[in-house]
Amino acid sequence: MQSFASEVGPSGPVCVVGGETRWGLGGESSAGTRTVRAPSGVESFDPSEMTVAVWAGTRLEELAAALMESRQEVALTGPSGSTVGGSLAVGWNSTRSLRVGAARDALLQAECVGAGGMVFKAGGPTVKNVSGYELCRLLVGSLGTLGLIGRVILRTRPLPERSLWLSGNLSPVEVSRFCYRPSSILWDGSSTHVCLEGYGTDVDAEATVLRDHGMLEIAGPPDLPPNRDRWTGVLPEGAILDVPLGVVHLGASVNPPDVDPGVRAIGERMKSNFDPDGRLNPGRDPYLVPA
Amino acid sequence: MAHDVPAGTGDLYLDLVEAIGEDRVTVGGGARHLYSRDSSIIEGGHSGPVCFPDSTSQVSACVRVALAHGRDFVPRGAGTGLSGGAVPCNDPVVIATTRMNRILEVDQERRIAWVEPGVVNLDLTRHLVGTGLHFAPDPSSQQACTIGGNLANNSGGPHCLAYGVTSAHVAAIEVVLPDASVVTLGAEVGDGVGYDLRGAFVGGEGTLGIATRIAVRLTPDPPVVRTLLLDFGSIVDAAETVTGIIAAGIVPAALEMMDQKVIVAVEQFVNAGYPLKAAAVLIVELDGLPGGVEREVEIVETVAAQNSVGEVRVAADDAERDLIWKGRKNAFGAIAHIKPGYYLHDTVVPRTRLAEVVAKVNEAVERHDLIVMNVFHAGDGNLHPLLVFDPREPGTMERVHAAGEEIVRISLEAGGVLSGEHGIGLEKRGFMPLLYSPDDLAAQGSLRAAFDPLGHANPFKVLPTGASCGDVMGLAEVPEGVWV
Repeated sequence: MQSFASEVGPSGPVCVVGGETRWGLGGESSAGTRTVRAPSGVESFDPSEMTVAVWAGTRLEELAAALMESRQEVALTGPSGSTVGGSLAVGWNSTRSLRVGAARDALLQAECVGAGGMVFKAGGPTVKNVSGYELCRLLVGSLGTLGLIGRVILRTRPLPERSLWLSGNLSPVEVSRFCYRPSSILWDGSSTHVCLEGYGTDVDAEATVLRDHGMLEIAGPPDLPPNRDRWTGVLPEGAILDVPLGVVHLGASVNPPDVDPGVRAIGERMKSNFDPDGRLNPGRDPYLVPA
Repeated sequence: MAHDVPAGTGDLYLDLVEAIGEDRVTVGGGARHLYSRDSSIIEGGHSGPVCFPDSTSQVSACVRVALAHGRDFVPRGAGTGLSGGAVPCNDPVVIATTRMNRILEVDQERRIAWVEPGVVNLDLTRHLVGTGLHFAPDPSSQQACTIGGNLANNSGGPHCLAYGVTSAHVAAIEVVLPDASVVTLGAEVGDGVGYDLRGAFVGGEGTLGIATRIAVRLTPDPPVVRTLLLDFGSIVDAAETVTGIIAAGIVPAALEMMDQKVIVAVEQFVNAGYPLKAAAVLIVELDGLPGGVEREVEIVETVAAQNSVGEVRVAADDAERDLIWKGRKNAFGAIAHIKPGYYLHDTVVPRTRLAEVVAKVNEAVERHDLIVMNVFHAGDGNLHPLLVFDPREPGTMERVHAAGEEIVRISLEAGGVLSGEHGIGLEKRGFMPLLYSPDDLAAQGSLRAAFDPLGHANPFKVLPTGASCGDVMGLAEVPEGVWV
C-alpha cells in the first residue's frame, strides 16, 4: 500500500484508472489530472473463511478464476476487463443479486489512499463487524471521490451446483410466487427471464413448474442495454427491468434524478471532509449517475 | 403530569412541553434515573428531560429545542443495547422512540414494510405470519428490542449468517438529522443516487441522527427447515466442525455453539434435552428447498462424524425445533440464576481460529477469578464470552474490566475485530485505537461530521475523543477512560 500511496502523493489532482469499462460514468475526468493505477493480484484466498484479499487493480476475470478453484465467487460485477477497484467504485449490483447479495455487502475491508496521501483502513477482515462507522458501504459507489481503494478483503459465496435460465410470459410476480429464491428476475415488458440456481434437484423441480406454465430454457440472460435508470413504473421500448434491483437497463442515456437538497448537502460535506481540495478523481460526481 | 423540575432545566423543559405536549415529556428524578442506563453494565449516566415523541415532526421539534438550549440529544429505543450506546452523558435530552411503534404499510408483492422505529423486532415478524414473509434480523433480544435500535446497531442474530445483518434488510430511512431537518436516505426501489448515505447511517449508534420511518426488506419464509443439535467431547472438535461445514461450501441459516457451562445452566431452565455431558454443542439450522436441505444435512453429519461427534439430534417437528432454540435464545436469562451480574462480551475472530481463541479467553478470564461461559454465533466467528459475577463483592468490577480488555486483545491478536453486533458505544470506544490507526479514525470522524457537524448527536460514543462523559468516566477507574 505504501508504494501506491507514494504514487498518489499528497497533492495535485489525481485519478485512478481501472479497466476503463465505464469511464465516463459520473462525468469525465478533469483535464490535466494525473493518473495512477492500483496494484493488482490476488493476495490470499481462504476458502474456509469465505474471504479473499485482493489488490484493487485485479481484473474481475482473474479473481473469478482464482475463486473458481474452490467453487466460490464474489458479488462484484462489471463488463469484461473491469477491475475489483473499478467495480467497487461504481458499486453496481449483480443481476444475480438475489443470490450473491449486494456489492456493498461484499466489501469487508478496504485500504485506501486518502486525499492527504496517507493510507486509511475501513472495516475489518472478519465476515461480521460493527466496530465503528460503515466506511466500506460509503466507499462503494463513491467513484473514488473519497479515497483511492488499493487493497480489499471481500466476502465470497459458494457457487451454485446448477444454474438455469428460463424465459416466458409469466409475470415477475407470478415467477416469485412459483419460485422460492430465484437468483435473478428480468422483465422486458412482455417476457420474464428468470435464473434458478442451487442444488440440481431443487433447480429441476422449480424449472418443471415454470415449464408447466409455458416458460422455456434459454442459454443465459438477455444482452442488457448499456445505460441504466431507476424504475419508475414505465418501461421504455427495448428496455429490460431488473426486478429485484429496481434498475432499468436501456439504450438511451438518461439524466440523473433530482436529489433532495438536504441529502445533497450531506454528500457535499462528506466530499469536503474527506477531500477538502477536491483532488481525488476531479470531474467525477456520484450524483450524476442515474442509477 | 406534574414534575419537580430540576434547577437549570426549567426553560428547556417548558420549551419541550410546548413543542410536543406535557404528556410526552418527563423530567422527574425517577424517569431520569431509569433512562440513565441501558442493558450494558455501564453506570453513571445522567439524563436530562426524557421525551416520547410520536411523530417525525415531534422528533424534529425535540432536536430543535435541544439545539436551541445548547444541549446534546441521545436517541433511545428499548434500551436493550449492550455497549452503552443509549447511556446519556452530561444531561442531554433523551429522545425515546417507543411511542412510534406503528407498522405503517406492508407491501407483500414488493416485499417491503414501512415501520416506525419503536416497532419491536418480533412484533413485525408476528404481524407478518401468514404472508410467507418475515424480517430476517433476529437478535436474541428480539422480544424487546426495536427496529430503530436494530438499525442504529446494525444488529445481527443467529440467522444473519445466511441472511445478512440489518443493513442488508433496510431499503430506505427517513431521518431527523442532527440539525433537526428531515431527509430520506436510500430508496424503496433501487439504490439511492450518490453516496450510500443509507449504508453509512445504519450502524451509526444514534450519532448521525434519528430514524423516524424505516423501509425494511422482507424475506420469504423457507419452504423447509432442519434444525440439528450436535454434541462434542471438546470445543476443538465442535470448532473444527464449523470450519469443515463452511469449507464444504455450505452457509447454514444459523450455526451456534454453546459450551458445557451454558448447556448445564440452560437445561435446568428450559429442559430442552441438551446433553449435559457434552463439552460443547452446535445448533445447525439448514433451510431452503427440500433437495438442498437434505443434501446439506448429510454433509453436516459427515463433517461432524469426522470430528468425533456424539449424538446427532435432528428436530422432528416445529415444537422440538422451538425447544432447541428456546434454550439458545434464553441462555442469558438462565445465567442470572448463577450470579446476579453478567457482562456479555462481543468480538469477532476468523472462524478458523475459534477453538484457539475460546481457550485463550477462558484461561484469561479464569485467571481473573471470574466464571466464563460461551454461547455464540460460531458460523461467523462472533464470540460472546459471558462473564458471570457478583458486582457487590469488592474488587469484582476491576477484575471484570481487566478480563474484558484481555478478551479484546486476544481477539485482535487473532486477526479479529472489536464487535460483531453490539457496537462500540461507550464500552469499547477506548479500544478503537487498538484496531484503527489515527488516520483510520480520522476517516470515521469525517463520516460522522458530515452528518453532525456540530457534534450534538449522542456525543462521546463510538470514537475516542478524549472528552469526558461526565460521571461515567468519573466512576471508572480503568485505563483509557473505559467503563465496561
